[in-house]
Amino acid sequence: MTVTPSQTRTPPRPAAAAARGGRRQYWTTRRRDVLSGWLFVLPQTLGFLAFVLYPLAAVVYYSFHTSNLLSGVTTYSGTKNYTQLAHDPAVPSVVRATALFCVGLVVFNIALALVLALLLNQKLRGTTVFRTLFFSPVVISLVAWTITWNFLLQNNGGINSLLRVIGVHGPNWLRGHDSALISVVIVQVFKNVGLNMVLFLAALQGVPRSLLEAADIDGAGPWRRFRSVILPLISPTTLLTTIVTISGSLQVFAQIQILTEGGPNNSTNVLVYFFYQQAFGNHDFGYGSAVAVVLFLIILVLTSIQWRLRKRWVFYES
Amino acid sequence: MSTTRRRVRLASAAVTVVTLLVAALAACSSGSGSSAKNISLRMTVWSNDKSQNALFNSIAASYRQSHPEISSITFDYIPIDNYTTALTTQIAGSNPPDLAWILERDAPDFVSSGALTDLTPTLKGTSGYGYDDLAASATKLWEQNGKLFAYPFSTSPFGMFFNKDLLAKAGVSQTPEQLLAAHQWTWPNAIKIAAQVAAKTAKQGLVIRDWNYKTWIQLASVWRAWGAQAWSADEAWGAQAWSADGKTCQFDSPQMQQAMSFLHSAIFTDKALPGPGETADFFAGESALTVTQISRASLLAKHPFNWGIVPLPSGPAGSSQVIGQAGIGVMTKGQHKQQAADFLAYFTNSANSAKLAQYFPPARKSQLTTTTLAKANPLFTAQQLQSVVIDGITTGSVLPSHQNSAKLSTLVQNALDPLWTPNANVDSVLKGVCQAIDPVLKQ
Repeated sequence: MTVTPSQTRTPPRPAAAAARGGRRQYWTTRRRDVLSGWLFVLPQTLGFLAFVLYPLAAVVYYSFHTSNLLSGVTTYSGTKNYTQLAHDPAVPSVVRATALFCVGLVVFNIALALVLALLLNQKLRGTTVFRTLFFSPVVISLVAWTITWNFLLQNNGGINSLLRVIGVHGPNWLRGHDSALISVVIVQVFKNVGLNMVLFLAALQGVPRSLLEAADIDGAGPWRRFRSVILPLISPTTLLTTIVTISGSLQVFAQIQILTEGGPNNSTNVLVYFFYQQAFGNHDFGYGSAVAVVLFLIILVLTSIQWRLRKRWVFYES
Repeated sequence: MSTTRRRVRLASAAVTVVTLLVAALAACSSGSGSSAKNISLRMTVWSNDKSQNALFNSIAASYRQSHPEISSITFDYIPIDNYTTALTTQIAGSNPPDLAWILERDAPDFVSSGALTDLTPTLKGTSGYGYDDLAASATKLWEQNGKLFAYPFSTSPFGMFFNKDLLAKAGVSQTPEQLLAAHQWTWPNAIKIAAQVAAKTAKQGLVIRDWNYKTWIQLASVWRAWGAQAWSADEAWGAQAWSADGKTCQFDSPQMQQAMSFLHSAIFTDKALPGPGETADFFAGESALTVTQISRASLLAKHPFNWGIVPLPSGPAGSSQVIGQAGIGVMTKGQHKQQAADFLAYFTNSANSAKLAQYFPPARKSQLTTTTLAKANPLFTAQQLQSVVIDGITTGSVLPSHQNSAKLSTLVQNALDPLWTPNANVDSVLKGVCQAIDPVLKQ
């Protein structure tokens, strides 16, 4: 047998030597991979545990207790908070306001965003300017946006002054039982419609021209093309925007706080604001937590329903 | 994967973990308590007035000269709109201030919950403090079982400020001062003046400051003239509102019905007050009259219009003055309770109370004289001080207060909302208020 120079020069690897000696190395490749995997997910997991799971568990815990924030005394009260919620005379108004706000926002927002996207998808002059204009509220601070609208919507504010110029006596927007909710919805729609518009625009530009041309050749008019080709093809985006808008509408708070404080007579008191009012305004943390748990369950159920329904109406979802 | 890449990956992951641990430890250690030689005190306040803050800071600075263990005393401003909510959240979040201003409406909750420390031993034990000089009527709201839980640093009567220039512009023949002298200073006459200004100038008539169709408690300045109450014994001036007496709603009483009908027609028929959703600031010259506490007079120092002040107008129940109170308490959960109480004893001693009197009418009997008050309040005439401040404090009653005040406040506000429309049925709205708050009053 001939010994090559390379075999003589290469020293044996320590791991191999250990293995040959019968002692297996603890830090095997598999163990190292497992450890590094854990180390990589650790920061995110710790963050999730500390800032999501722990508060969530605490809210559920507090919802079965009565807390006096001033004295710091917390006592177990069973399902008292949930019973109170079921019998609270304010709850029907709160549910009504939440449902109307959610439906109003989703319908107006998605419809307007889609219409704007369809218009701005045309190859016309000035579309870039309009795209920027409609998107700009998205990047404006929510509070600054709402405070400005608060001035405009006052009885002697900008909008009614403008209406007076054309001889119209505008309503007291933020104090009327119905006009207050409509005002809050409109303020929120204008704030966020730009984001959905951009998403729809991207989806519209992803619709293959060949399909539209094929529909054209088959004799489909604009409406038929929209209904049978475009709408099904952009359905994943419609699903995404609907889910985001619904869950966003159920979490609206700053606009209500600044514009109406839930009034008049609870007509704009949505569930999140009601929760804030109970927990932080009335210092009833246990009851507030029960409201938060119910809100969490509602969002969970709605989102999972949408997720399940997606197979029926979303294109290329298996 | 090569050994080098594995090592780099492991090393970077380890660095991430170590950094997180170090950051967490640093965050924990920075929050640990200060030593007894390096004490920081914090008092939450709802005043953002620069001159008031300068006075607080000068009192704090002179205290620190004789108390080197106190390294800093800060006055932490929280806007009054969310004051109690923010304060409660700080207490619940284990970050309470050492001392806090407390609104009269929240006194029952704070005093009974144990959130405040008993100040009696410290104040009585401080030499030269003169504990007996504090008016019993002023301390009543803040006491429980003979112990004082907050010092009533401001006992500020409500008065009616008026803009003489606007009144003259609208051709008002008799000013509130003249009407007062002629014993005709009544609510109908006040509304008549307000309506006249609103009709003949581009400005508003009467603004009930801080009400804004939400903070209904300010309306006590109107309904008390009809002898109405929010609930039985709603003022703690004569009786503790959280005693058995406070359990009956009085919003549906005939007196309240008359008072609210009067106010409703003043708003929607006479247009004497800005309607819902309309804003006007007296101190910016936007209204002829305003009902507010005299402690707001400091806002007039810079405004170039002639003004006057008179007590609240009288109504069917005669003249009925209303007082707003604010106390300073030491938080039980605070880290330096004794040092905070000692500072409070200094902050409110006789000399400093006289200095604070220019903004906050004092609780000390010896200082409730026109001579003392005139020194501290150059903006007021002796007669204004006597009729509005001294008579107001002596004869007035404090704004409504009750346990569960925050909850009651929200419920009443919501139930009163339908009243602020032109065709409201006052009687049924007020009955609705009682339906809404009865269960809470009886708790």
